[in-house]
Order: sequence, then structure tokens, then C-alpha cells
Amino acid sequence: MYRLHHVLDRHIPLWPPVAKALLSSKPIYKLFTSIERKSKQELFGCRMCGQCALPVTAYSCPMTCPKQLRNGPCGGVNPDGGCEVYPDQRCVWLMAYERADEEGKVADMRRLQRPIDQRKWGQSSWVNYWMGEDETLWTSDADLQGLEHEPLLLEPRQAKSGHSA
Amino acid sequence: VSDNGRVIAPSPVKYADSHLQAVLQRGRFAVTAEIGPPRGANVAPVRRKAKMLRDWIDAANVTDNQSAVVRMASWAGCLVLKQEGVEPVMQLQCRDRNRIALQSDLLGAAALEIPNILLLTGDHPRFGDHVDAKPVFDLDSIQLIWTARTMREQRKLLSGRELKPAPDFFIGAVENPFAPPLKWRAERLGKKIAAGARFCQTQFIYDVKIFAEWMQRVRDLGLDQRCYILAGVGPIKSIRALEHMRNEVPGMYVPDEVMRRLRGVPADQVAAEGLKLCSEIIAEVKTIPGVAGVHVMAFSWEDAIPEILERAGVARRSALSLAGSS
Repeated sequence: MYRLHHVLDRHIPLWPPVAKALLSSKPIYKLFTSIERKSKQELFGCRMCGQCALPVTAYSCPMTCPKQLRNGPCGGVNPDGGCEVYPDQRCVWLMAYERADEEGKVADMRRLQRPIDQRKWGQSSWVNYWMGEDETLWTSDADLQGLEHEPLLLEPRQAKSGHSA
Repeated sequence: VSDNGRVIAPSPVKYADSHLQAVLQRGRFAVTAEIGPPRGANVAPVRRKAKMLRDWIDAANVTDNQSAVVRMASWAGCLVLKQEGVEPVMQLQCRDRNRIALQSDLLGAAALEIPNILLLTGDHPRFGDHVDAKPVFDLDSIQLIWTARTMREQRKLLSGRELKPAPDFFIGAVENPFAPPLKWRAERLGKKIAAGARFCQTQFIYDVKIFAEWMQRVRDLGLDQRCYILAGVGPIKSIRALEHMRNEVPGMYVPDEVMRRLRGVPADQVAAEGLKLCSEIIAEVKTIPGVAGVHVMAFSWEDAIPEILERAGVARRSALSLAGSS
């Protein structure tokens, strides 16, 4: 999964123009978004929040948590690792920590995830990401120096409301 | 120097003239208690509990629709506590409010000089008395803590709008050392501290060994130097209460040893044994380095708190002065 993310990296010059092209045509954007929806639903149980956190949650989707927690597990995880709300399901954050540990990505768990933009539900998170709208979604590598470090205060979101496709 | 001989570096910043913070800064073993507001439009029960606990505690939390069960508003209970001379800690959770209401409640609390706030995610409605309610969870606890710190320090709302004047408060968080992933629970507290938490009250401790291991990790990460840790404790009144806690309260860990101990005494002595157990746990956690105080949660049994503290050797607050070290 981490490798797949390299392919989708927004710093690859191909992607921002692709995103712009997708945004310029409503039917193509719709088709693209439905492909994203189908594939990510299948793989991760994606809820289409439009602001994907998967690259820093060890590919465990936080929006599948009944409380939609973006910053780690709640205090109600059962001793067997089951979700407090749906005991038969394993806590998504527990899976995130375990997988991150295996992949050497536990530092990602320290990132503070800012509140999501509720307007983006149903949008293509890939397009939003390629358009650079996810830049401030979580604290940066520079803020990961250690837990002593106090990250930036919450800056207001950029005024743009995202696109409306 | 605190009761357990550890020097606690005073935080340079004083928040909202909080007495609780002053006690902690001086390294005196702090005591907070939980007061559950009533199900009804009557402040008398809060008044009674405040009067009873006044001499024994440094501050009292007023819960916010705890376990997703409707009760009188936390801010209202906090104002009653102030009238009775007890410093309040206002609990505020993300289940019932979006970011607009949360920020508005934070402003209200600061304006009414409620100096301490405890910010939580909140139990899911599934556990409460309105299982058909819509859960909000627009923010999570860490985002709410981050928001409160931004309001205080940046003097701005999440929208970027300026606050005149900005609110001031001593910000607290909770952590559960007993829920998986145990290995990362201290790191998670670290995240809350990075977001802005300056004190932490833990989940009920019934297994001191697991708590001590968590504290070891907290110290290894230096978190006890940046955030005051108050150990959460509470008495078990009956076998029925114990069963309820173990099976129905999310995030509660009661080891078999405790079950055996309470089941081993005659039914009419369970309450006394539960009270004794709670005192023993306080006495034990008090000796763990980095523990700055204790938070007593005696749901519907607040009357037991003075005896629990006395047995644990925690002095009546009225017998201490803030000026001297205790």
C-alpha cells in the first residue's frame, strides 16, 4: 500500500494536471469518483470523506470507526481488541498501530489530525489531494521531532470551499 | 517536592487562576472528585454533594451526560459548585455538539470563570438512555483540546475569527491505561499533551501493576513533567455494580483478583470491602513516581469519598495550607 501511494504521489508532475482535467468535466469527474469509491470501499471500507488519511494511518480507515476518530483509538477498546460499539469488529485504530509498527511507521501515529472539512463528503479524495488541498490535514514531518514538540496552533482552513463537482 | 519525593518543575504559565493548577504546581498531592449531576431540574443534590466534599477535595468534575445518559448540564452544575465554594472542572464531550457549539460552550465556561475544563470524545449513544440519538463527533477529543489551546493562545476560533477577549482555562484530558493498544497508551497521552492538555485524569484503576507500567512509559517519555497525572479510582458498592462495570461500561478493566476478593465476603460486607480496596489503591498509586494526585469517581456514592480518603491517608484539604509544603 505504501508503494501504491508512491505511484499516486502528488509531487509527480503528472497528477495535478490530471486532477485539473478531471475537474473540468463533470461526467468524467463523476466516473472517476465512482471508480475511486468502488476500489477504496472494497479495499478499506472507504466512506468517501473526501480527505483521505490512509497514508498516515497505516491504511486503516479512521472513518470506519463508529466515532470517526481521526487521532487514535478511544478509551473503550475491549480487552480482546474489539470495538466498544461493535464488539465483533476489531478496533480500526488497533489495526492501524499494529500495522504501523510492522511497517516502521509508528511515528505517523503521533501526527495530529486536524478536524475534517464536512463539505468534502462524496468528493474524490485523490483529486483533492492532487490539487494540494490535503497539505494541512495533519501535522508535518517537521512536527514529528518528538513528543516534546508543541505543534502549530490550528490555523483557519483556506477560504476555498473545495470544488463543487 | 511532592508527597512521593519527586520534584515537579512548576509550569511557568498560570491558567485562569485555577486553584487546582496552583495545588499541582506546588507539588501537593491533589484530590479531585466526580460529581454526577441529577436527572431532573433541581440543583439541591449538587449542593449537598458539594457541601459534603468541600473540605476534602481541591476541585470537582461535573460530568457531561456521562455514558450518554441525559443529566443536568455540566456548566450549570459547575456554577452551583462555585456558589458552594468548590472549584469546578467542567467536562465537555464531542458526542453531543459540533464545533460551533463546543467553542460556544468553551467561551461560556471561561466567561463564567470556570477555570478547569476536561475535554473528551464521549461514550457512543449506544450505551445510553437515548440509543436512537444522532451522534455528532464533528471533532475528536484531541482536536477539541487543540481547539481550546488555539482559542486561548491564538485568540481565534477555528474559523479564524478573533476572540475579544480570548478565553483562559486549565486544560485537562483523560486516558485509559487499560485499553488496547496498551503499548501505545502513553504515546496517545503524549499526543493529547502536544495538542494542549496540562492535566490528565485516568480511567478507574483496579490493576495497579498495569497502571504502574503505563506510568513507567509516561515517565520515560517525560510526559509527567509536562502534564499532571491524576490517578482515577472509585469504590465498588455491590456485586451487581461490579458485574455492571465489567460487562456494560466501555473501557473498564476489573481483574479476576478483584472479583474474587469482593465475591469472597458476605453480601452485606461488599460495600465495606469495596471501600477498603479503593483506599488501598489510592495508597499504592500515591507512591508511584509522577502521580500528582488522585481523581475519585464514586458514581451515586459520593458520600463514601471522605472515608475513602481518610483511610488512604490523604489529608483533609482544610487541614492543609497552600503556602506550606505538605
